[in-house]
Amino acid sequence: MSAHREVDTLVIGGGIVGMSVAYGLARAGERVRLLDEGDDAFRAARGNFGLVWVQGKGLGNAGYARWTMAAAQEWAVFASELADRTGVDVELSQIGGLTMCLDEAELAERAGGLAAIRQQIGGDYRFEVLDLAQLRELSPLVGPDVVGAVFCPLDGHVSPLRLLRALFQGFASLKGELVAGVHVDAIDYKDGVFHVRTPSGVHVAGKLVLAAGLGNRDLAPLVGLDAPVKPNRGQILVSERVQPFLKHPSLHVRQTGEGVVQIGDSKEDVGYDDGTTLEQLSRITARATRCFPLLKNVNIVRTWGALRVMSPDGFPIYQASTTCPGAFVVTCHSGITLAPRHAGALTQWIRGGIEPTDIHGFKAERFHV
Amino acid sequence: MFRPIEPTGEKRTVALQVEGKSIVARAGDTLAIALLNAGVTPFRQTPVSGRPRAPLCLMGVCFDCLVEVDGQQNVQSCMLEVQEGMQVQLQHGARHMEGDV
Amino acid sequence: MTHDLIVIGAGPAGISTALTAASLGLKTVLLDEQPRAGGQIYRNVTVAPPKVTELLGPDYRYGRAMVERLERSGVDVRHAAVVWDVARDLSVTAMQAGRSFQLRAPQLIAATGAMERPSPIPGWTLPGVMNAGAAQIALKSAGSVPSGPVVLAGGGPLLLLVACQLLEAGATLEGIVETSPTGNRWRALPHLPAALGSPTALLKGLGFMRKLRSAGVPWFTGATELMVDGQEKAQALSFKAGGRAHSLKASVVLLHHGVVPNTQLTRLMRVEHDWDTAQVCWQPRVDAWGQTTLDGLRIAGDGASIGGALAAERSGVLAALGAAHAIGRLSLAERDARAQPAIKALKQQLHIRPFLDALYRPPEWINTPADDTMVCRCEEVTAGRVREMARLGCQGPNQTKFFSRCGMGPCQGRMCGATVSQILAKELGKPVAEIGAYRIRAPLKPVPMASLAALFDDNHENHPT
Repeated sequence: MSAHREVDTLVIGGGIVGMSVAYGLARAGERVRLLDEGDDAFRAARGNFGLVWVQGKGLGNAGYARWTMAAAQEWAVFASELADRTGVDVELSQIGGLTMCLDEAELAERAGGLAAIRQQIGGDYRFEVLDLAQLRELSPLVGPDVVGAVFCPLDGHVSPLRLLRALFQGFASLKGELVAGVHVDAIDYKDGVFHVRTPSGVHVAGKLVLAAGLGNRDLAPLVGLDAPVKPNRGQILVSERVQPFLKHPSLHVRQTGEGVVQIGDSKEDVGYDDGTTLEQLSRITARATRCFPLLKNVNIVRTWGALRVMSPDGFPIYQASTTCPGAFVVTCHSGITLAPRHAGALTQWIRGGIEPTDIHGFKAERFHV
Repeated sequence: MFRPIEPTGEKRTVALQVEGKSIVARAGDTLAIALLNAGVTPFRQTPVSGRPRAPLCLMGVCFDCLVEVDGQQNVQSCMLEVQEGMQVQLQHGARHMEGDV
Repeated sequence: MTHDLIVIGAGPAGISTALTAASLGLKTVLLDEQPRAGGQIYRNVTVAPPKVTELLGPDYRYGRAMVERLERSGVDVRHAAVVWDVARDLSVTAMQAGRSFQLRAPQLIAATGAMERPSPIPGWTLPGVMNAGAAQIALKSAGSVPSGPVVLAGGGPLLLLVACQLLEAGATLEGIVETSPTGNRWRALPHLPAALGSPTALLKGLGFMRKLRSAGVPWFTGATELMVDGQEKAQALSFKAGGRAHSLKASVVLLHHGVVPNTQLTRLMRVEHDWDTAQVCWQPRVDAWGQTTLDGLRIAGDGASIGGALAAERSGVLAALGAAHAIGRLSLAERDARAQPAIKALKQQLHIRPFLDALYRPPEWINTPADDTMVCRCEEVTAGRVREMARLGCQGPNQTKFFSRCGMGPCQGRMCGATVSQILAKELGKPVAEIGAYRIRAPLKPVPMASLAALFDDNHENHPT
C-alpha cells in the first residue's frame, strides 16, 4: 500500500493522552507517527474542565495519589517548556483549588476523604478546610448557602484548547508525523513489528502505544492487552465572556482565561451518548448559582456532554503487552492533570526504561478477579 | 445612522436614557432602531478586542447589537421594543460582575 | 403530550402550517420569538403605517391577510417565545419573559426560515455595515432608512428590491456594486426557459433595474476586492470593477449575497443535511411532506431550501397535512387529495429558482475569503487562522473551533459556520459534505442561568448537590 517513512513508534489517538505521549517520545528523539480520527470523534480532550486536580484523587490507592501529586508538581515546568517551544501559553493557573460544599455533611465527607488519603500516602498531602468567612477571603463572591470548602494548594487549571494545540504544535516542531482523519481497521504483529491497517494505508513500527480513549477497548485485545473502559458522561455548560471575578477553580465552577465561566459536574452511565438532559443541566446550574448568586444573570451560551474514559475502578490502565512486546496501552480519565507524567516518566518507561513504582498497580489483571 | 421617513407627529413617543442622555424614540420601534435613529454608534465594544460594533442583521442572528437594558447586560436590542423610562448602557467589553477582582 | 402539533416560527410557512393544522382539528401551538406574527418577510405588516406599506408594495401587503387570519383563527400563539432546546423526544423548551416552559407533541414543525448569507469582506465588522435585509427590516418595522450615503453591494433579487425601496423612501444611494461573477449570466441561460414559467417574477426584477438606472444610481458589475474603509465606523466602500479601482463614500454599506436556510434547530436535532451546490448552502434532508430523518420533525418553508414566501406558504400546507396523516387524523388518500393544489402551486413557484440560483451564485471569495478577513465575528477569528489550524491537522470545523475558538461565541456559528466549512473544503481538498458542520448544542440562543436553575427548582424539593 502507501509508502511511509520508517518510524520508531506509532501512537493511536490524538487526544490529550495520546498527544502527551507522542510529544514526550518525539522530544526524546524518537521518530513518532500519530494516527487520529476525524472531526466528529467523541474526544474527551475537547469536553473536559481543564482541571489540574489533586484533591480527592486516590482514595484507597496511594499509588494514584502519589502519581497525581507528582504530575501536579511537574505542571509549571511543563507549561513553561510548551510556551518556549511553541509560543502557546496554555494559561496554567495553579494557585489552589476549592471544592465548595452546600451542607456540613458534604464538607465533612470531603474533608474525611482527604484526611484518609493523607494517611495512606504517609503524610505529605496539604489541604485545608475553610469555613464561609475564610472561603470569602479567597473568593469574595461566594454565596451565603455555601457552608465551606476544602482547599488544596496544588490544584489549578489550564486551557484544554491551548494545551492540545500546544501539543500538536510541539509535536510538529519535533518532526512528529500526524495522520489525521483515519480509523484503525486492524493491527497485526509479525516478526516483532506492528502493522496498523487504515483505509489509507498500513503503518509499520516496532513500538505501538494505544491512547485512543474509548477506542482502546476494541484495540487492546488485538495486541494481547485488555482495556475494559466504558463511557461515563459529564455534562458541562459554558457562559458568555465575563470580566474576571473567579481566580480559584473548583469541580463545579471555573472561569477561563478568556473570562468564560464553565460549570459542571455530573456522572452518568448512559453508554455512548454525549447528549445533554435538562434534568442535569438545570441541576448543575442551580448548584452553581447557589455557590455564586451573581451568576444568575449570566447567559449560558452552550452545553455539551462529554464521555470520560472510565475503567472499572476509575484508575488508569498502563500496561505493556507480553504476547506482543512493544505494545502499550495508556488510558485514564485525568489526562489533563497527568499530562506532564505522560510526556515524561511514562514515556521513559515506554522507551524501555524502568516502570515507575506508582503505576505498578495499574495493570488490567486487577479486574480479572 | 438612520432616520424615520415620516415625521413622528401623532405616533406615540417614548423617552429613554442612553448612557445618561435622554433620547426620544417612537413607540413600537425596537431598541436597536431607536438607537440607530438617535445616531448611537457604536453599540458596544467587543469583549475580545474592544473594537466597535453596531447591528448587522436586525433579526437576532448576528449578536452585534448587544447593549445593557435596565441592568440586564448583553441584551439583543433588536429583539425588544422600547419602553418608557428604559435605562440603556452600551456594552463596554465583557459582562461585568460586581466585585471584579 | 401537551398538544398534537407544535409549530416554531410565525412567518408564511409557520402561519400556513398552523392554520392548516387547526382547520383539521389538530390541537396546535405556534411559538415565535417576535412580538407579532409575520416572520421577517411580513414583519409588522398589520401595524406598519400606510406610507410604509405603500412603499413596500403588494408583495408585502399580501401578508396582512395571512397574519389577520391567524389572529382570528384562535390558534394558540405564543409571542416573544424563544425556543432554546428541543430534546430527542421532540419536547420543546422555550423562554418567555425570562421564564422557561416546556411543551410536547408527537409532531413538531420548524418553520424558522432563512437568514442572509454572511458576506465576510475586510471591514465588514465596522458599525454602519449591515445586511440589505436589515435595512428592509428597519423600513418595515420602524419606517426608518439610512440617513447618510448608502452603498449596496452583493447580488440577488433582494439587493435590487431593497435598493428600489430605499430610493423611493428618500435614501441617498451612492451606488450599487454587483459582485456576481460575469460568468453567471452564461451559466444561468440554460435555466431561463423554465424561469419564463414565472414571468411576473422576472418582470419584477427587470422593473427594479429600470427604476434604479433611470434614477441615475451608479452601477458596477463583476466587482471584486471589496473592502469597507473606516476606523470607528464605515466611511466608504472600495472595490475593483471594469479594470479600475473605485471608492464610494458611504456611512451605511448594505451587503447581500442571497439567503440560506437557518439550520440551527435542524443541526441541534442531528438530522441529515445535504450541501446543495446550486444554492451553495446546507439543507436539511426532507421528503415531500417536510419530514426530516428524525421521525416527527418536519421543516416547512425556507428553512428547508430557499423558495420564497409564496413557496413557503404551500410548503407549510404540505407539512401540516403530513403531520395530520402521521398522527392518524387524515387517511393517506385524504392527505394526498388535499395536497394537490399546494403541490401544484409550489411547483409553479419554484420554476424560477434554478435561474436565480445560477444568476446570483455568490463569488468564490465570499465563500472562502482571504486570510486577513474576519470570519468569526464573535471571537474575532480570521480565515487565515482557520486555515492555519487545518494545516496543523484539524479535519473539520469542530476541531478548528476547538483550536481557534472560531464558532464559540453567542451566535454559535450562525455567522461563520458555512464559511468555515467551505474554507476547510478548499484547504483540505474535500467536498463540503464530507467536511461537515459545527455540532450545535442547546441553548439555541443564550439563556440566563437563573432561567435554567429555575427549571430544577421547579421540579425538586431538595437542594441540589
